Amino acid sequence: MPDVMSEAVIKVEQLSKKYCRDLKRSLLYGLGDMGRELLGADGAYRENLRDKEFWALNDINFEVHKGECLGLIGRNGAGKSTLLKILNGLIKPDTGKVTIKGRVGALIELGAGFNPILTGRENVYVNGAVLGFSKKEIDAIFDEIVAFAELEDFIDSPVQYYSSGMKVRLGFAVASQMKPDVLLIDEVLAVGDIAFKTKCFNRISDILENTCVIFVSHSMSQIQKICSRALLLNKSEDIIDSVDVGNVINTYHSLFKGEKGKYHLSEVLTINKLSIAIEDRLIYDIPAVPENSNLETLNSLCTLHFNAQLDLQEDLILFFTIEDPEQQKSLQIFSPVFKSNLIYYRSELDFSELNTGRFTVSIHVSVVKGGQRKIMLFEHKNAFSFLINRPDSYGIAPILKQLK
Amino acid sequence: MMSIKRAASVSSPLRMHLHFHKSKPLSGSQHSDIKIYSPDSALRKPHLLFAGMWSDALSGRGLAWRLAVRDISAQYRQTALGFLWLIILPLFNTLAWIFLQSSGVVQVAETGIPYPVYVFTGTMVWAIFSEAFNMPLQVVTAAKPMLAKINFPREALLLSGILQVLFNSAIKIIICLGALLFFGSFFGWHSMLIPFGVLALILTGTALGILLTPLGLLYSDISKALPLAMQFLMYLTPVVFPIPAAGFARTVFLWNPLTPVVMTARDWLIGQPAAFAWSALWVCIAMLVLLIFVWTVFKLSLPILIERMNA
Repeated sequence: MPDVMSEAVIKVEQLSKKYCRDLKRSLLYGLGDMGRELLGADGAYRENLRDKEFWALNDINFEVHKGECLGLIGRNGAGKSTLLKILNGLIKPDTGKVTIKGRVGALIELGAGFNPILTGRENVYVNGAVLGFSKKEIDAIFDEIVAFAELEDFIDSPVQYYSSGMKVRLGFAVASQMKPDVLLIDEVLAVGDIAFKTKCFNRISDILENTCVIFVSHSMSQIQKICSRALLLNKSEDIIDSVDVGNVINTYHSLFKGEKGKYHLSEVLTINKLSIAIEDRLIYDIPAVPENSNLETLNSLCTLHFNAQLDLQEDLILFFTIEDPEQQKSLQIFSPVFKSNLIYYRSELDFSELNTGRFTVSIHVSVVKGGQRKIMLFEHKNAFSFLINRPDSYGIAPILKQLK
Repeated sequence: MMSIKRAASVSSPLRMHLHFHKSKPLSGSQHSDIKIYSPDSALRKPHLLFAGMWSDALSGRGLAWRLAVRDISAQYRQTALGFLWLIILPLFNTLAWIFLQSSGVVQVAETGIPYPVYVFTGTMVWAIFSEAFNMPLQVVTAAKPMLAKINFPREALLLSGILQVLFNSAIKIIICLGALLFFGSFFGWHSMLIPFGVLALILTGTALGILLTPLGLLYSDISKALPLAMQFLMYLTPVVFPIPAAGFARTVFLWNPLTPVVMTARDWLIGQPAAFAWSALWVCIAMLVLLIFVWTVFKLSLPILIERMNA
């Protein structure tokens, strides 16, 4: 459990970092910065942007205590990796200050220092040395590393004959032997098959107990699983930092307005009209250009109308696939079979079990034979989306049921 | 053990004045090691900078050894000729110059010892210097992806480079001595001093090489110009020619700090007393001072370079 009474293990105060968009200029600035560093300059010269520079991180403040696992989330380019690099001491801050107590370990680049020609055994020692292990320490845990990576049969083969998954497994097996006071993890769990991923997760959970962790991932389910706190880095707005991980994740999801969906229509089908309205709001309409429609907060009970005029004498159904904010299919709704080329349909929808978040809807029309969907004639992915807002929300599971 | 005290009032967030002082650890804190990262130049706290350099050099020894073993084994494992590659280049250079001299295309002044021996030992000695000179930029460039992602003692890269050059030089010298014994009796008690000659060459090469590394990491012009510069430098050093008897060229040769180092190493290699031994010693002392200076420059500039290379 986070020991809030204790002093912070990581303390980040008013931290900013700038980058340059232009290569030639960046090199020139690098030369200037190097000169000032060598002359022992006060860091104040860094506080202003020069031409073509921008703030990659702007005025970040947070603390992490022992036993806490902070999930760092944000869109690409929000500065997550830059922040980790500063915490890891690889690059200097431009303003502000970072204070870290204890040894820092990083699960960032797995298999650093691997040479493809050398055997797995030799590379374990190289990689271990890069991560700060002595030969004696590796001797003691060597068998454990190989067993964890499940590479007993290949440990004396050159690493160039390994599959990419095998290399990563070996790299993780070595790196996860670190016992630092602060552990930085950047997207390393996005690799390997499901069985190995589970193994990695268990290992990280073990490490978590005595360590202060900063965890960067684009997988919100991973963040949800292991983080006790989440911090959303957001370019334009203030960062959001909260122990309510689900809430931070929902805010992160709300940054995405949804991409315009892909649209596919079979040659045999002609759509003269296909319109969908929810609560009397027309949100989808063919032949008008199908546009991404984003419905704001939807009631859990609402009325759906759709009106289709399809030119084909077959048994058809219309169905919706609803994806949760993680873009996992979580619900399908389908219409009764219809035959006529002009249908109007009205139904009550019950979304009361959906959790907070933005759900995207794909629309499909399919031929039905003998009660089964056969041929997909029309498909529009991410045709529109709607937002559910539940006051009793907790976590990010797409379905939330309350016991009566 | 160290603890930090925050500045009582911070007028501007950008002018953080950090107070470091040695004291008893705060109660409840079992961490002995506190790191503070700020925009100020690391040179503003020289005691921390130099203590860090020293402790990194010490703690990087194991890694340096590991990296050197890795690179040496990987370098020769996929070759059929193995260590022979270490002398193939100098050997062909020697043959080319023997041809040029014997055919009269190039007139070389009297060298005191048979010209083939002069050229062969000269190019061998030069090869050692040139490898040491090219090494720092090479090892650091090769380690860019690692530098940009992992915090390890950066000194280990340079140390591993030095170990590799030492290893290669030892093999070159052994092959060279073998050849000299085979073709004539160029051996004397001065031959015992060869290791010092080799160390002087490596010290000089490494110090000059590290000097170029920060700039070379930023602009690849440096690595493109290096082979050219080395070729030019070789002709200004008594490697394939003796020191000219007179004229402007003689002044250049005599003022070239590489001259005494190269001459001394060669003289000892052929078992003769070194005429330039004292000058070589002064050059070595200067290079030792330069080495500490360029090491500091390297340490200070790496964070800034890593930010720009983004490998």
